[in-house]
Amino acid sequence: MPRNMSLTKVPMPAQDPNVRNKNFEEVTLGYTPEMAMEEAGRCLHCPKMPCVSGCPVNIKIPDFIAKVAEGDFKAAYEIISSTNSLPAISGRVCPQENQCEGKCVRGIKGEPVAIGRLERFVADWAMENLHEEVKKPAPNGHKVAIIGAGPSGLTCAGDLIKQGYDVTIFEAFHKAGGVLVYGIPEFRLPKAIVQKEIDKLVAMGVKIETDMVIGKVLSIDELFDMGYEAIFIGSGAGLPGFMGIPGEGLVGVYSANEFLTRINLMKAYKENYDTPIHRSRAVAVVGGGNVAMDAARCAKRLGAEHVYIVYRRSEAEMPARKEEIEHAKEEGIEFLLLTNPTKILGDEKGWVCGMECAKMELGEPDASGRRRPVKIEGSEFVLDVDAAIMALGTSPNPLIRSTTKGLEANKRGCLIADDTMKTTREGVYAGGDAVTGAATVILAMGAGKTAAQSMDRYIQEKNQ
Amino acid sequence: MYQIVKKRQLNQDVVLMEVKAPYVAAKAQAGQFIIFRVDEQGERVPLTVADYDRHAGTVTIIFQTVGNSTKELAELGEGDYIQDFVGPLGIASHFDGVKKACVIGGGVGCAIAYPQAKALFNMGVDVDLIAGFRNKDIVILEDEMKAVCNRFVLCTDDGSYGKKGFVTQALQELLDEGNRYDVVVAIGPIPMMKFVCEVTKPYNMKTMVSLNPIMIDGTGMCGGCRVTVGGEIKFACVDGPDFDGHQVDFDELMRRNSFYREQERSKECRLIGGKGE
Repeated sequence: MPRNMSLTKVPMPAQDPNVRNKNFEEVTLGYTPEMAMEEAGRCLHCPKMPCVSGCPVNIKIPDFIAKVAEGDFKAAYEIISSTNSLPAISGRVCPQENQCEGKCVRGIKGEPVAIGRLERFVADWAMENLHEEVKKPAPNGHKVAIIGAGPSGLTCAGDLIKQGYDVTIFEAFHKAGGVLVYGIPEFRLPKAIVQKEIDKLVAMGVKIETDMVIGKVLSIDELFDMGYEAIFIGSGAGLPGFMGIPGEGLVGVYSANEFLTRINLMKAYKENYDTPIHRSRAVAVVGGGNVAMDAARCAKRLGAEHVYIVYRRSEAEMPARKEEIEHAKEEGIEFLLLTNPTKILGDEKGWVCGMECAKMELGEPDASGRRRPVKIEGSEFVLDVDAAIMALGTSPNPLIRSTTKGLEANKRGCLIADDTMKTTREGVYAGGDAVTGAATVILAMGAGKTAAQSMDRYIQEKNQ
Repeated sequence: MYQIVKKRQLNQDVVLMEVKAPYVAAKAQAGQFIIFRVDEQGERVPLTVADYDRHAGTVTIIFQTVGNSTKELAELGEGDYIQDFVGPLGIASHFDGVKKACVIGGGVGCAIAYPQAKALFNMGVDVDLIAGFRNKDIVILEDEMKAVCNRFVLCTDDGSYGKKGFVTQALQELLDEGNRYDVVVAIGPIPMMKFVCEVTKPYNMKTMVSLNPIMIDGTGMCGGCRVTVGGEIKFACVDGPDFDGHQVDFDELMRRNSFYREQERSKECRLIGGKGE
């Protein structure tokens, strides 16, 4: 097979920034088969496979890339899906620069192999072209429950159903997917693709019970009484934080969770859906993570003239993916770095009419190793905005731990789990943001995978 | 999908529905609420649990047709299905140690005051119940409320039925007669709850209100329903919906509830032509 020694990735086609910042359709358009085969030719097939060690769900990366290079996309898909149940999703939203691609040898001199784009290509190709009857695994007679239909719960369910377990997912919302459906916008992750991945799990036999708020409707103890032998908690970190500054109760101040849920889950931007959203003129988004970028880009698409990212550190410290920051800039999002809100201002009706901010400078490194922002006295200025979206991070919802005896959490409200995802309560496993606090989709998927192995081992040992 | 097993029009704008929802019915308690979504394009709307039948697996909701979603719900009949019906949500009301209580319902708020009064009355509490309506035509649940209290005062703003005047006047009269309550429970429009709190404040009388901010998920993940209570941010869906009325910033709540008024109106206009693409 011809080796491609280009130092750069085969570019992926994308919508023009000034077109896409007015619609919710996917920004990047994916590789064609020719582009995928060309890019696959860049893989050196290193014997030590450092890329695989960077993948939380252990995809056999060089193996599938070899099949792509040959044009055997079906074989490539079989290799990926043997360890990863949701490749169309991870191929799109993984921070590959810190995972597989961060370890790629080609990245030492030039750009790494575009592993994420290739994974996405193969998954999309399979959705388009493979319509084989899903093989239902032979049942093993054991029941397991999964709380939360986000990336960790779906991955855990996918791995357990393949081993013959009777798997039921309990989801609080009316739709499965967790952050994949309410948080990450359509233009980064089309909801039809999420639904197709979920449909595959359902076709394999996974049962999904929506409208089930565990901790309210049923407790963990009641699930055990119903015959579930092991339980996985993948309830995420959905509790939004506010700054505690004056004016956060004004009309036009949202948590990013609220803003994104209205848009993504409730489709408030579509005329024929009932949930309303206010179209603001100028919006300040406070924060520097992926959620802040998503909220800002949604606000722009709703027609705001100015959308500001207000972030208290500099760009180098931003936790958002580089690609998302670049996309946001291309779409006209304005970045106010080393800037921190001190007060939200309201008009006589109690609506937001401005945000008072202070300029910051970077001081000594803090416990996280990042230089701590310090306010420059007297640097306050007023930003002209009529809406503010707080994207300050989230923490786990206390509903389950507060209603379950023996389930311990740390000071930040994160469930305590060991390396095998075992909690302090027998038979209960947990993973994803519920354990780590807000992190990434792929880490949640990795945790769901580990938990599935542990639950399998636990049930097998218990029944010996 | 959740089937409507019974439907009754209580007045021109207020509808009672019993909905088959066994999981909700098994756990529901006074003070808790549900969230419904009529159909795939629907929004999520909170409604307080008005009653439940654990044996039959049904939950009773009573709602006023005030906008698009409640109108769509009211158009459904017995045997029809609601897409989503989530609950029970929120914290149940706690009345430990209460011996004498005054429960006050304003308008459709009586649908929520009623289960609270019923819960108290069944605990053996001496319950005075004040129900206020704009006029005679919109009186609801009169017989039901009478059955769960020791003293019943019905008043109308225009005097067309019962006593003439507001619930606050009826409450002041009871207080003037020397009645003292371990708790006053006020449920109704925000101004009514605010004024009840102003009446009880000088007596330093514990006053619980059931707040009705805008909600989306109802499980604590968005903060859309946040209210300021005692100077702190609280999420009504998980910390409430009942709060100490003397601590609540009612003016902020009123402002926040007005946010989508214009969009609500335009949706209603479109509703006349049906849902279009």
